[in-house]
Amino acid sequence: MKIIKLTFLVVAIVFVWFAQNHFDPYAVSILNNIAIFAILALSYNLINGVAGQFSLEPNGFVAIGAYVTALFLIPSETKIDMFALVDPSPFVLSMHTSFLPALIMSGVVASALAFILSIPVFRVRGDYLAIVTLGFGFIIRIYAMNQPSITNGALGLNDIPGNSNLYWTGFIMIVTLIIMLNIIYSKHGRAMKAVRDDEDAAIAMGINTFWIKTYAFMTSAFFEGVGGGLMASMLTTIAPDQFTFLLTFQLLIIIVLGGLGSMSGTILGAILVMGGTEWLRFLDQNMDIFGYNTGAHPGLRMVVFSILLIVLMLFARRGLFGNKELTDLFRRSK
Amino acid sequence: MDILTFMQQMVNGISLGSMYALIAIGYTLVYGVLRLINFAHGDIMMVGAFTAYFAHASGVPFGLAVILAIFAAMVTGILTDKIAYKPLRDAPKISLLITAIGISFFLENLFNVLFGGVPRAFSAPDYMTKILHFKGMYIPVTVIIIPTVTLILLFIMLWILNKTKYGMAIRSLAFDIPTVKLMGINADFIIMLVFAMGSGLAAVGGIFYAVSYPSIDPLMGVIVGLKAFAAAVLGGIGSVTGAVIGGFILGFTEIVVVAFMPELGGYKDAFAFVFLILVLLFKPTGIMGQDLERSRF
Amino acid sequence: MVLELQNITMQFGGVTAIDDLSFGVQTGEIYGLIGPNGAGKTTLFNIVTGNYTQTKGTVLFHNEELSGLKPNMIVQKGIARTFQNIRLFKSMSVLDNVLIGFHNQANYSYFESILRLPRYFMYEKNIKREAMDILERFGIAEYADTNASSMSYGNQRKVEIARALATNPKLLLLDEPAAGMNPNETEDLSQIILKIKKEYGLTILLIEHDMKFVNNMCDKVLVLDYGEEIFEGKPADAIVDEKVVAAYLGDFKHA
Repeated sequence: MKIIKLTFLVVAIVFVWFAQNHFDPYAVSILNNIAIFAILALSYNLINGVAGQFSLEPNGFVAIGAYVTALFLIPSETKIDMFALVDPSPFVLSMHTSFLPALIMSGVVASALAFILSIPVFRVRGDYLAIVTLGFGFIIRIYAMNQPSITNGALGLNDIPGNSNLYWTGFIMIVTLIIMLNIIYSKHGRAMKAVRDDEDAAIAMGINTFWIKTYAFMTSAFFEGVGGGLMASMLTTIAPDQFTFLLTFQLLIIIVLGGLGSMSGTILGAILVMGGTEWLRFLDQNMDIFGYNTGAHPGLRMVVFSILLIVLMLFARRGLFGNKELTDLFRRSK
Repeated sequence: MDILTFMQQMVNGISLGSMYALIAIGYTLVYGVLRLINFAHGDIMMVGAFTAYFAHASGVPFGLAVILAIFAAMVTGILTDKIAYKPLRDAPKISLLITAIGISFFLENLFNVLFGGVPRAFSAPDYMTKILHFKGMYIPVTVIIIPTVTLILLFIMLWILNKTKYGMAIRSLAFDIPTVKLMGINADFIIMLVFAMGSGLAAVGGIFYAVSYPSIDPLMGVIVGLKAFAAAVLGGIGSVTGAVIGGFILGFTEIVVVAFMPELGGYKDAFAFVFLILVLLFKPTGIMGQDLERSRF
Repeated sequence: MVLELQNITMQFGGVTAIDDLSFGVQTGEIYGLIGPNGAGKTTLFNIVTGNYTQTKGTVLFHNEELSGLKPNMIVQKGIARTFQNIRLFKSMSVLDNVLIGFHNQANYSYFESILRLPRYFMYEKNIKREAMDILERFGIAEYADTNASSMSYGNQRKVEIARALATNPKLLLLDEPAAGMNPNETEDLSQIILKIKKEYGLTILLIEHDMKFVNNMCDKVLVLDYGEEIFEGKPADAIVDEKVVAAYLGDFKHA
């Protein structure tokens, strides 16, 4: 078992190193994208797939992570030049760190907000997490628009130092995967699955389900914040309209395709969906079908993806991996 | 602020509240019966508004356009249930919620591809857009029509729920679907009825929204839907009267806060969310609700 | 006295499910709750476990008031339960189901889980050993890696009791443990319950309709009808008590 895991790890690290140094920039940028989406989807799967609490939060937390990292990385002179609507607040001007602490702060802020949301949501039963997190995504955007002294309003932030590369994204993806697996195969992961299967029975086992759900949610938020930070630094420019529900929807497709609760499935899902998004780009553009020009249809890809999601749910609810892990294939089964 | 402006704002609040109430009823009915947040509900409202728009634009009289819109929304609602929810009745709850989101996103993007994302001006007939002059107040006719129609529809709803055998079946479904099936009630038909009623009301709400603002776009259902859901939770999810009360409270709050504190205007769309959080914190069953979430032992 | 219920009344809306009921369970006893369907037996369980809050009255566990405690806290005090309709964690293996019962005894934090610190390994090793030990006592150790929902009905019952035992209870509440079992399985289960009761020093409160099972197992029974006590005493005397017979006959007539 140990040997198999180590092999996976070594192969992954060698691949990251090789790709960063030998692949062409387009391929590297796609890999970067896949790695970031994998980080986001892995953490999203913890709250949705493992703990079974349907949540629509990623775009909100990713936005927070992106802004926090961006504000920490942009030098204060640049901020003064950039903030066109009002002057940046003194606090924003004073923010400055290197990349890793900025990413960690992104995670911490997202996680703290997740804790605050947990209190109203997890004390009651029902599916309020979904609707509250959906609303939260909008609130974050409204806030970003209305607080120009912190976010530069609708103009967004640009000239974010581009520190992201495949070493960062790949390495953090591997760390995220390891941490998620560590959680799943611990008493906390078991308790999350118990809450998913039957919350009353989990309580009857003495489990404080409020905290178990909150742990899952805060952990998801942390890595979504970190992923947002990586994204900001990769794109070098961010604006409130980038973090719409579309982002959450893509992540939802990834985890449903890979298998709710399966981390290995999530990685595969991220590769397929991000690859598929590139490949299906033609759908949104002009097409000639038998000499008839269909015109450009921005959004057609998303129609295809939403049909895919519904079909998956109806006919292949377990996705590619069910809730199993790749490593489970190597476990002896009885 | 003088008394006239105050009255003016009250009238606007009633009108906005009516729209939220009409849409909130659909959420509360479906949640009461299936314990499902029908994420597609706001988009069904959008389908209604678009149908009315295209029907009216192609020369159909407005009244008939409204009826067509109600019909289109009902069909969309029923199809949504048949295609996306019914096959999953025995599946884990999360599967249903995911297909609900899938349908919602599908409708938004389909309409975006078909009709473009640019808002379209919604032209209503003159008798809907007239502005009355009354003791120094400017009152658009809509703010009289909207609450009146809402009240009439509400009374019809309450009559159906409380006085007819279908209403009784709907209320008993809210307790226990298997038992109701054993009692010989066609549960699937009743659920279809619930989707039809909720969607029809949403279409009316959507048209009112379109007339008041006056524009429509494929994403119009998202924020309004979210707010209407918050209104349903505030009123007590599962209760029709509660949904109406919640809708009015939310409508009034938005109008009054913006009128008295214009600096909060940018956050207008966030009030519903704040309400939702406060209700969940302090009274999760809402104003009129019973505890639908009590676990079954 | 392990468990003492004093003047418990439970009303749902206007309906009185339990009416001013008092009784006590002695240490080491197997105490049976019997009575027709709808007599309020499971409601009583739900009051003891904290799932319902009684309208009136007090519940004492080792002379400590339980009212107001959350269900998971009551489990930690030492009261575990099973459910009338088996409620295993369906996506998980038999071993994982039992390991969940050890949740509060595996004393490592979330950070120790994330970082796999030494205490994680220490406690995981311990609880796995103890869980296997429990499974062996129930004779189902060979199914440890089997998915819980693919077990036979009788074995699922055993997993549920094993899981409850894993929470280290002093008092075990069994809701119709023999329901749906054939006579052989019932006999097998009786033996196991008596064995674990002795080995773990348990007190047991159980609901059961199978009178033979009750007769063999219980030291004392309480017969409930419409939320009221109509008999308390030895099981053998209950069967011949007029009121008890009448209550059951009435039940048959209604059915």
